[in-house]
Amino acid sequence: MDKIVCTCGNVNPAGTLLCESCGRPLNKETADKKLVDMRYEGSARRSQTYNKTIIDKVWNFFSSVKVGVWLIVLILVAASIGTILPQVFYVPATTEEDIAAYYERIYGTFGTLYYKLGLSDLYSSWWFQGLIGMLGISLIIASLDRVIPLYKSLKKQKTKRHFSFLKRQRIYGIGNIENGEESISKAEEKLKTMRYNVKREGNALLAERGRFSRWGPYINHLGLILFLFGVMLRALPGFYVDETMWLREGETLYIPKTDGYFLESKEFIYETYSKEESEEVFGDAIDRVGTIAKNYQTNVVLHKGPEGAVAGHLEDLTFEKEAAIQVNKPLKFDNFSVFQMDFRLDELASMTFQLQDKETAESFGEFTINLADPKPVYELSDDAKVEILDYYADFTGFEDGVPQSQSPLPNNPAFLVKMYTPEFPKGETSFVMIKETLEPLGENQHKLAFQSVETRDVSGLTVRKDLTLPILMLGGLIFMIGVAQGSYWNHRRIWIQQLEDGQVVVAAHTNKNWLSIKRDMDAVSEVANLPKYEDQQDEDSKAEKEEGV
Amino acid sequence: MVEVSSTLLFIAFIAYLVATFLFGGAVKSSSSKASKSYERWGKLAITVTIIGFLSNIGYFITRWIAAGHAPVSNLFEFTTAFGMLVVGAFILIYFIYRITALGLFALPIAIIIIGYASMFPKEITPLIPALKSYWLTVHVITAALGEAILAISAVAGLIYLLKNIDMTKKSKQRFWIEAVMYVVVLVLGFIVATTSFTLAGYKAEFNYVNKEEQVLTMEYHMPPIFGMNESEAITENRMQPLMEMPPLVNAKKLTVVTWSVIFGTILYILLRLILRKRIAAVLQPFTKKANSQFMDEIGYRSVLIGFPVFTLGALIFAMIWAHEAWSRFWGWDPKEVWALITWLFYAAFLHLRLSKGWEGKKSAWLALIGFIIIMFNLVAVNLIIAGLHSYA
Repeated sequence: MDKIVCTCGNVNPAGTLLCESCGRPLNKETADKKLVDMRYEGSARRSQTYNKTIIDKVWNFFSSVKVGVWLIVLILVAASIGTILPQVFYVPATTEEDIAAYYERIYGTFGTLYYKLGLSDLYSSWWFQGLIGMLGISLIIASLDRVIPLYKSLKKQKTKRHFSFLKRQRIYGIGNIENGEESISKAEEKLKTMRYNVKREGNALLAERGRFSRWGPYINHLGLILFLFGVMLRALPGFYVDETMWLREGETLYIPKTDGYFLESKEFIYETYSKEESEEVFGDAIDRVGTIAKNYQTNVVLHKGPEGAVAGHLEDLTFEKEAAIQVNKPLKFDNFSVFQMDFRLDELASMTFQLQDKETAESFGEFTINLADPKPVYELSDDAKVEILDYYADFTGFEDGVPQSQSPLPNNPAFLVKMYTPEFPKGETSFVMIKETLEPLGENQHKLAFQSVETRDVSGLTVRKDLTLPILMLGGLIFMIGVAQGSYWNHRRIWIQQLEDGQVVVAAHTNKNWLSIKRDMDAVSEVANLPKYEDQQDEDSKAEKEEGV
Repeated sequence: MVEVSSTLLFIAFIAYLVATFLFGGAVKSSSSKASKSYERWGKLAITVTIIGFLSNIGYFITRWIAAGHAPVSNLFEFTTAFGMLVVGAFILIYFIYRITALGLFALPIAIIIIGYASMFPKEITPLIPALKSYWLTVHVITAALGEAILAISAVAGLIYLLKNIDMTKKSKQRFWIEAVMYVVVLVLGFIVATTSFTLAGYKAEFNYVNKEEQVLTMEYHMPPIFGMNESEAITENRMQPLMEMPPLVNAKKLTVVTWSVIFGTILYILLRLILRKRIAAVLQPFTKKANSQFMDEIGYRSVLIGFPVFTLGALIFAMIWAHEAWSRFWGWDPKEVWALITWLFYAAFLHLRLSKGWEGKKSAWLALIGFIIIMFNLVAVNLIIAGLHSYA
């Protein structure tokens, strides 16, 4: 398409509606309207100009506000559907089968349907992410489609505008004024005191303020695009770590995904509010609710291993720092944070047994089994020992005569042992459980008598690294700046001009808050003699009412 | 201190009630020629409102001192603060536009919100570990302030609609505006029902089996219309549930909702019988003095002012805190999702208004729907869809 040359001589890009320089309408359609559409200054938007190739069509689709609003509404509705039932990540099950069973057991047929339709993991579904992606594309294209021509147009605007532009402004007035030029000069002075940026060109005046608010929408969109970009970066390796670790008191473990860091738990602390400490203020609440948690805390020591250290090798650790990890107070090092997320109190740590004669209760010695790491043999004396043949940490029962353990956690430890005594140098076999003993190969003369147990607390910690956070923060900040810029300021322009026939014209435009610009006009009219203005849009609506439209 | 605090809240509540009537007087007297008397009523009304608001702030500060943390940590405290901020936002907008009709509708809404709040346990609760952070103060107060400013836009929208919908002819809009009135009466029904049964001292305990097949005890404060799963009465001489619910449904909450609907509906029918008109039609004359263009402008401006505040408080501060407390800035928790939905909704509102020219009635309806979403997030998400945010 060709460029459009205006009568004033300015060369406008194809598709321009109002001459960038003087404001003359450039086609019949625009000229036929009583008011000009000032939203994008009548500039040449790509989407309104070209519609031939596929690229044009895609561009036009995504640049449409209507499409954008539809995408917002679709995302909104989809997001709300995801809150009807808990999402999978809040469900206490890990395997697909368990999850399906959970939805069916708790929520019945509806739950099954919800699960089968994939609504239970809606936010990571391809279609939901697709909608967000489309919204992102829409943000980019719709902004580019508008901001570039708008910028050019506002930059090129001349102080002196053509009459045909002025008379199509919503706020407009014309009349014969004595000493027109003097009035314009007075208005100029007044407008300057009102913090307008005033330009004068002979008998033409343009007062402008707050143009930067026009960039608000594009800046906030830029912030959102940056934010979405940051979220996408998480998919790249190295940017994002999300691991959990269970750390027992006294234990030292490699912190997953870190560069050779190890964490040692000194102590887990769980505190509740007591009535004594704050009877007067909190007493009623504690009475009603029962116990209220006050603190979850893991006292830890951070160690650094030698170069290339991996899990399981605890030698040569160097002390880094001591810290107390609390909820809301994670441990931070490098780019990692370790959060207090969960805990288990009183997990079995070790069990102490005595090998004794069933009848006489004569003891052959005591030994303690570390449940996290049982030894194969416990030597009690020269001729007495206990051999651990097999260990079932979380014993659930026998299946076809074979003992089963459902997890490696020592929730219900059981041992298959062989007891060696002077009388039985070949050993007696026994299956030892809490509170019970089985003798699978016939009756024994000796037994392991349970003596005592030690427990310890376990801290559930989350290990997190998120290098995208600065990008997200920046995106959020830019969004806020843009939104504030566009919401709390507005772009006002007032044109005053004396025509060749001597009449004075006033016109004004603002992108929002018309009450204020009218107030400004009134303030100027108080000092300068100017023709009365009218709000031409208001008249339109009046006329519409009269016609019954 | 705790007692001083409750007294101040009570004073504020009464002041808002009185101010509502004064605003009513201001709007009514304006129909007569005596514009001086109109101004006098209006001035008196806003003065009483400000006294109430100061007293309300007094409640907030004294409770803060007593508790040692900002009083926004449970449903009662948050909802009361929200009501207070609605009044604050109204006062702000009043001094920009000086519209008395706005007070006549904004104050009753604040009164209902505070009344609703006081139906929940009022004692001061100590903070659970997750809430122990200065972000509690920053995030919750900013979010509530944003929501309060957005609520003013709904009030302006309501006035716009009451004024501009033809109440003499049957139409969809006339039906829906009356439906909004009915919902407001239902909230009153909840307050009346709760207060009546509390005054009567109703209490009944039941054992029931929950969805994890554990036997638990549930205390009802209203006669059980619906019983919990396999419920068995512990308290003697009390009504038996009319119907038993499956373990998925919290029958106690369902009972509360049902009683609220029963009381609210009776209240609504009584009102209709006494007034012999639709409630919307009864309110319409009070909006006569309001300028439609002004209302439209207020509705739009309060969204413009409220939207950035809401974004900052309910999304940005929320994300920063969520990252500190829960290790992730976003976790698709229902409350988070509904904050996002609210945000998306107002984003759509602004685009429709700016680009598609949705002004007047369309814009007013949207403002009203926005408020409904905010209230849904406050009421339903806390009470029905339990998530990380259910502290009440």
